[in-house]
Amino acid sequence: MSDTHAHSVAFVRTTMLPEQPPPASEAGVVKWVRENLFKGWFNSILTILSIYFIYVIVSGAWPWFANGIWNTSSLAECRDMLDGMTGACFSVLTERWNQLLFGFTYPTEAYWRPTLAFFLLIVAIAPVLYPKAPRQLLVFTAIYPFLAFWLIWGGTLLTPLMVMVGLIAGYFAFKQFERQSFAMGMLAGLVATVVVIWAGGIIPASMPDVMALHAIPSRDLGGFMLNMILGTVCVSLSLPLGIMLALGRQSSMPIIKWICVIFIEFIRGVPLITLLFVANVVLAYFFPPGSNIDLVLRVIIMITMFSAAYIAEVIRGGLAALPRGQYEAADSLGLDYAQSMRLIILPQALKISIPGIVNVAVGLFKDTTLVSVISMFDLVGMIRGPILASTEWNGVYWELWGFAVFVFFIVCFSISKYSQWLERQLATDHR
Amino acid sequence: MAETANAPMAVSDEVAIQIQKMNKWYGTFHVLRDIDLTVYRGERIVIAGPSGSGKSTLIRCINALEEHQKGSITVDGTLLSSDIKNIDTIRSEVGMVFQHFNLFPHLTILENCTLAPIWVRKIPKREAEQTAMHFLEKVKIPEQANKYPGQLSGGQQQRVAIARSLCMRPRIMLFDEPTSALDPEMIKEVLDTMVELAEEGMTMLCVTHEMGFARQVANRVIFMDAGQIVEQNEPEGFFNNPKNERTKLFLSQILGH
Repeated sequence: MSDTHAHSVAFVRTTMLPEQPPPASEAGVVKWVRENLFKGWFNSILTILSIYFIYVIVSGAWPWFANGIWNTSSLAECRDMLDGMTGACFSVLTERWNQLLFGFTYPTEAYWRPTLAFFLLIVAIAPVLYPKAPRQLLVFTAIYPFLAFWLIWGGTLLTPLMVMVGLIAGYFAFKQFERQSFAMGMLAGLVATVVVIWAGGIIPASMPDVMALHAIPSRDLGGFMLNMILGTVCVSLSLPLGIMLALGRQSSMPIIKWICVIFIEFIRGVPLITLLFVANVVLAYFFPPGSNIDLVLRVIIMITMFSAAYIAEVIRGGLAALPRGQYEAADSLGLDYAQSMRLIILPQALKISIPGIVNVAVGLFKDTTLVSVISMFDLVGMIRGPILASTEWNGVYWELWGFAVFVFFIVCFSISKYSQWLERQLATDHR
Repeated sequence: MAETANAPMAVSDEVAIQIQKMNKWYGTFHVLRDIDLTVYRGERIVIAGPSGSGKSTLIRCINALEEHQKGSITVDGTLLSSDIKNIDTIRSEVGMVFQHFNLFPHLTILENCTLAPIWVRKIPKREAEQTAMHFLEKVKIPEQANKYPGQLSGGQQQRVAIARSLCMRPRIMLFDEPTSALDPEMIKEVLDTMVELAEEGMTMLCVTHEMGFARQVANRVIFMDAGQIVEQNEPEGFFNNPKNERTKLFLSQILGH
């Protein structure tokens, strides 16, 4: 008090007080522990009980992990080595690693192809997921699906190239006719694409050996690779389809509206597993006789339709949450329908819908394991079928299913974390 | 500003908006009945009336935010039809300012202002930004250009909304209760902007309860009730010598306190 003139009412500070650290009980770990773990006797008891349970679980599971055996070639050998001790038999993972990843019929010498496709996938989705990634990469993103198809299925490069040319032709036809009307543009684009792909199909058919990789049929795909293929393809296809369905459902044109409503309500009312059985067995009746649509393609169509219906409903919620004023402001500035949707409505509606869309995407990714019931050998199918049924590994449940859980958890948790990050990036409303 | 209040401002005899025998229904409810209105270029019209009298609906019909069922609306010589191209053309010529601003919250102030010129008028981005900055300076908030609407006060947002409309270089401006959602101290800054705009000879139709504004800048005040135009007159005659009973009642209520 010596530096303040305590006896007068007027106050003038002559020396500034230095900054001091807070008392130990108000800072750092001590404060955190006090407030979160030992606040009151009830919380303290809960904390101690929890610590005890964690101890029991960890002390029980630890020897199982620590004694784990990684290098035998059958369960019997594991048991011999453990000699009565508790311990995991992780050697099933190392011994069957390639099967878990690629399935049991994918040719060994071609493993590098899906592996390369996987790493290229990371490069290709970077500019889509991170706005800061160089924009030029988007060109690679556009090429990637065709490249990945060629790498995984093999055959001549001309086949995916022809499809790419067809889509480019469709795009230009769309641009040409879009000026007249949006629907005309869509129709022209579709026709151009189909015609070019169908007519151009002669080229790869007549030159099957140009730039050809050893062709691998769809039934040889398997393991986690199959889950990744189905997951990535279906998520990236069902998002645009879902947006179109959601917009169609709001359309003032009755035919478009009713097509979308019936599609959404029908697909949502049917279990995915029945759709997959339809894809496996029944769908063949709907295609012209003699046409042999690939099983993986049929499954992709079904899963895409299924999740598109859900995504459409999620986005409809986002659209409904936007104030009418946003539509009116866009209209009053003279923006046409496509512009106001693309520039004003969808950016906001999709932002609102991110948690719901991610929910569907995560669900879809996990649902890809359902293909195991129509005798496709994805990760779950591989474990259930060839691995657990083999004489060497019959009975290794914990290690195998734990591995499957771990792998799916890593992927789904990453998607979830990414979406939270994205929401923070897009938060501009300063509420 | 009082000096300019009753000074005659240039009104040409060129017709900007012609509405003839226009009728509108919401379902079976007859909202607008036989509206006849001719607006001349450079004219500033204030539309007043009790709530539910159809005044907002009337100006929303002019840029086809609402559809009318009978009669005709001609804007700048273009007959408003249900053709989308025709509607978009009229909308790009007619600026509109809303009660709740309706700025685009996911875009910055500058982007709000440049969006329509770039996409509708196909103006190069740099040029559109220069225009936007020009109008943002005019409404006195150029320093906010890179903020988002959520960071601005209501009055500032409404001025941005005015600037956004002006960036399209409209020939007619519609105001739908532009100050009704604002705090009293912010009403003035928005009204000042509108007065300035009026002094430059912009054709304006303004739905508002700001009778001071009507006295100061309007050439004509239109009073609506139950979907009809009940009375219209120059502000002087309208306020000092109203003829219709409903107008008298309305004015006594609104000016009484």
